[in-house]
Amino acid sequence: MSDIPRTGGPPPVLALEGVNKSFGSVRALQGVSLELSAGQAHALAGENGAGKSTLIKILAGVGAPDAGTVRLDGEPAVFHGPADARDAGIAVIYQEPTLFADLSIAENIFMGRQPRRSFGRVDHKAVREATAALMSRLGVRLDPDRPARGLSIADQQIVEIAKALSFDARVLIMDEPTAALTGSETARLFSVVETLRAAGAAVLFISHRLSEIFALCQWVTTLRDGRLVASEPLDGLTEDDLVRRMVGRDLGELYPKHETHTGEPALDVRRLTREGVFHDVSFTVHRGEIVALAGLVGAGRSEVVQAVFGVDKPDAGHVEVDGTALRPGSPTAAVAAGLALVPEDRRQRGLVMEAGIERNIGLTGLGQLCTAGLVRRTLERARAADWAVRLQLKYDRLSDAVGVLSGGNQQKVVLAKWLATEPAVLIVDEPTRGIDVGTKAEVHRLLTELAADGLAVLMVSSDLPEVLGMADRVLVMHEGRLVAEIPRADADEENVMAAATGRAPVQRLGGPREPDGPGRAHAPGGRAEDDEPGDPDEPNGTNGSPDAGGEAA
Amino acid sequence: MSVTVDRPPATERDTGSPRRAGRSLAESVLRVREFSIGAALVLLIFATWLVNPGFLDGQGVKDLLLNSSILVLLATGQSVVVLTRNIDLSVGSVVGLTAFACGDFVSGTDHSPLTVLALGIALGTVCGLASGLLVSFGRVPALVVTLGMLYVIQGVDHAWAHGEQINAANLPDSVLTLGSGSVLGIPYLPLITAAVLCATAYYLRTYRGGRELYAIGSSPQAARLAGVPVRRRVLAAYAFSGAVAGFAGALWLARFGTVVADAANGWELTVVSAVVVGGISITGGVGTVWGAALGALLLTTIGSALVVLKVDSFWEQAITGALLLAAISTDRIVRSRTTRALRKRSRQ
Repeated sequence: MSDIPRTGGPPPVLALEGVNKSFGSVRALQGVSLELSAGQAHALAGENGAGKSTLIKILAGVGAPDAGTVRLDGEPAVFHGPADARDAGIAVIYQEPTLFADLSIAENIFMGRQPRRSFGRVDHKAVREATAALMSRLGVRLDPDRPARGLSIADQQIVEIAKALSFDARVLIMDEPTAALTGSETARLFSVVETLRAAGAAVLFISHRLSEIFALCQWVTTLRDGRLVASEPLDGLTEDDLVRRMVGRDLGELYPKHETHTGEPALDVRRLTREGVFHDVSFTVHRGEIVALAGLVGAGRSEVVQAVFGVDKPDAGHVEVDGTALRPGSPTAAVAAGLALVPEDRRQRGLVMEAGIERNIGLTGLGQLCTAGLVRRTLERARAADWAVRLQLKYDRLSDAVGVLSGGNQQKVVLAKWLATEPAVLIVDEPTRGIDVGTKAEVHRLLTELAADGLAVLMVSSDLPEVLGMADRVLVMHEGRLVAEIPRADADEENVMAAATGRAPVQRLGGPREPDGPGRAHAPGGRAEDDEPGDPDEPNGTNGSPDAGGEAA
Repeated sequence: MSVTVDRPPATERDTGSPRRAGRSLAESVLRVREFSIGAALVLLIFATWLVNPGFLDGQGVKDLLLNSSILVLLATGQSVVVLTRNIDLSVGSVVGLTAFACGDFVSGTDHSPLTVLALGIALGTVCGLASGLLVSFGRVPALVVTLGMLYVIQGVDHAWAHGEQINAANLPDSVLTLGSGSVLGIPYLPLITAAVLCATAYYLRTYRGGRELYAIGSSPQAARLAGVPVRRRVLAAYAFSGAVAGFAGALWLARFGTVVADAANGWELTVVSAVVVGGISITGGVGTVWGAALGALLLTTIGSALVVLKVDSFWEQAITGALLLAAISTDRIVRSRTTRALRKRSRQ
């Protein structure tokens, strides 16, 4: 299977041959081969845990293979570190951009390779000018002297791309670069990548969004459980074919949606404001309902749910759970009232990575698990085992550190931890970010079932198909304000994106409303059609309503 | 691949009009810090002078410069380590050890001051390398390593000294001249310190190695991925800090002549305070040695001013502590403010 038929021509720019890599007893890669050719965009597909990240680390010189060969222009090559790979013309853009927050954009791009003057002195002027030139080549206006701190993820990725351009990278490897990007930012990234590819760069692209793979790539290599499944042209394949190769079976409906029976209001948010972050946000979530909070990254969605949960104290407004006002700024009170928050960043905020599965699940219920102040391990384990079965958690032992689980299973542990508190309202922030297709469907099924059981679910998501597929109602935020509320029947990509980019007329919001009330956020006439995602991104809206949110107050 | 990416309209991005504002924002934060310490220093000196004009006469200024020299020197070395998100708590004991060792070596001989300085630097470098190896290649937290080194070196020092002390009377005059002599009315010590300070500042600003120290402190992970030889640079930072401390130890001997085993005992905390008060972030990546030097100057001046103002000297520690807390708090506030301002700007 590792033999890829080739038709003449020059050797591939970069290739792997029969590469093995193990971490302890886990075989991350077994006999994997890969060939990257000049001028070709090559997709690497596979579920989480399939070995994609390990493969990238080998190509990037971060880890050496246990067996097998890395070939550069047909010649065997050994990378002793990231610097070697970089000097070979390999640029890697990681999912989480790795910038120096305290240093200027110019320094970020040229770190370790600054142009020098006599006596080895760094030529700061040349560094700055080269950066300015790169920025204009990329068609972006970013000040080279500006520190990287506070850059949006999209701009951080532009800096990474500029880095790749700066050393004329022949191979550009991108690990889920679009996970945190909006539609238009993705389009901008793709146009840059496309230009590089057309100029002869070899591109290796990883994304969980299959549509992006089809939009950008010509060739696809699929991994499953560390083994090569297929390496083939994308032409003639369908998304279903790809998914089947990735999971080795047919997938059910990705967004299983039941009829919902909306009950009493469970969460009532009234005129919530945090100065400079979000303003006058009001909405209601009913029992049995999934409400999505959509918007661009940075629109203030996560900030709103954090204020609702009491992580941050709002400056004005209040939150009611089941009709009882919540003490602001107190997560303890929020949990007691029946709120649960599954945070966006599960590694930092959702889990104690070094602790075991049972410990993590037990964290929210230590009160019930304790006798005379001591945690009863048997109760803790029983509770974890119970939830592991209910959420179909895949694990070895309940005492295993959650850090060794795949992203999807980690997310299930966070969910279990919060569901164990038997909440009335479940708030999930980007529930499926960085999760493979199979587990994603499971998370969706789980959320749907929970809602069907009468749980009120508030979901923050940047994944538009997920928002449209899961939500009974879509709330859209733009620049810290709630600008639209769209019922399931009316929601489509165009009107959600139009509202999220601040180009739809503002929908008056506020006051409890019937869940299936006449909330519509359609832009009248042809306006919405002008706003297909991928249009020039002007988040503050230069044409229509520069102060769109203002009227929502 | 010298292609010009033509500008598709979709990539046009309006980030407001921050062309120059970016720099002024980023750099002004630091400038403000250095300026405010400088202003505090001037104010303190002026106020003390009002109470006691003798504070600023020729001898007064000379004393101030002499007293602050060694602390400024140590702060320069410490800065380089702190910039990499590490810390060197062993510097005080390294000064003590090298001062004693150099004294032991030179007592009753007529070795030249240069030999003494070279010995101090060599001994300090060895100590720095020992800490550095454990931190960079042994991957032991810096706090623990250098705390351990502090006690080990102190123990060695005491065992060696055996209760004895180095007497100025036994030292060659040339060595003592180094500590007390002057050129054009300016003592040697501050001149030497200024030279080391300028060289370090220049290196940090204009050499790849210097910039990489900032990169490591800002994000060790990103530095590794950017191909920065992180371990080697951290090791070098410790070697430098050790060398500077050894150098300072030799100068200590020259300045005071009489040296007991626990010379400079407890200085490590004063040095770290000076560095942090001077605007070098304890989490690395931010600050300049100029700021650290000003911080050291400020702390020394406070000590001297309190004597002149006849305030009980125990207040010195309380004031140093308060300054340290104020510095760290303002750092946090300023950082979150700038982050917010920068974020806002990139959203515009």
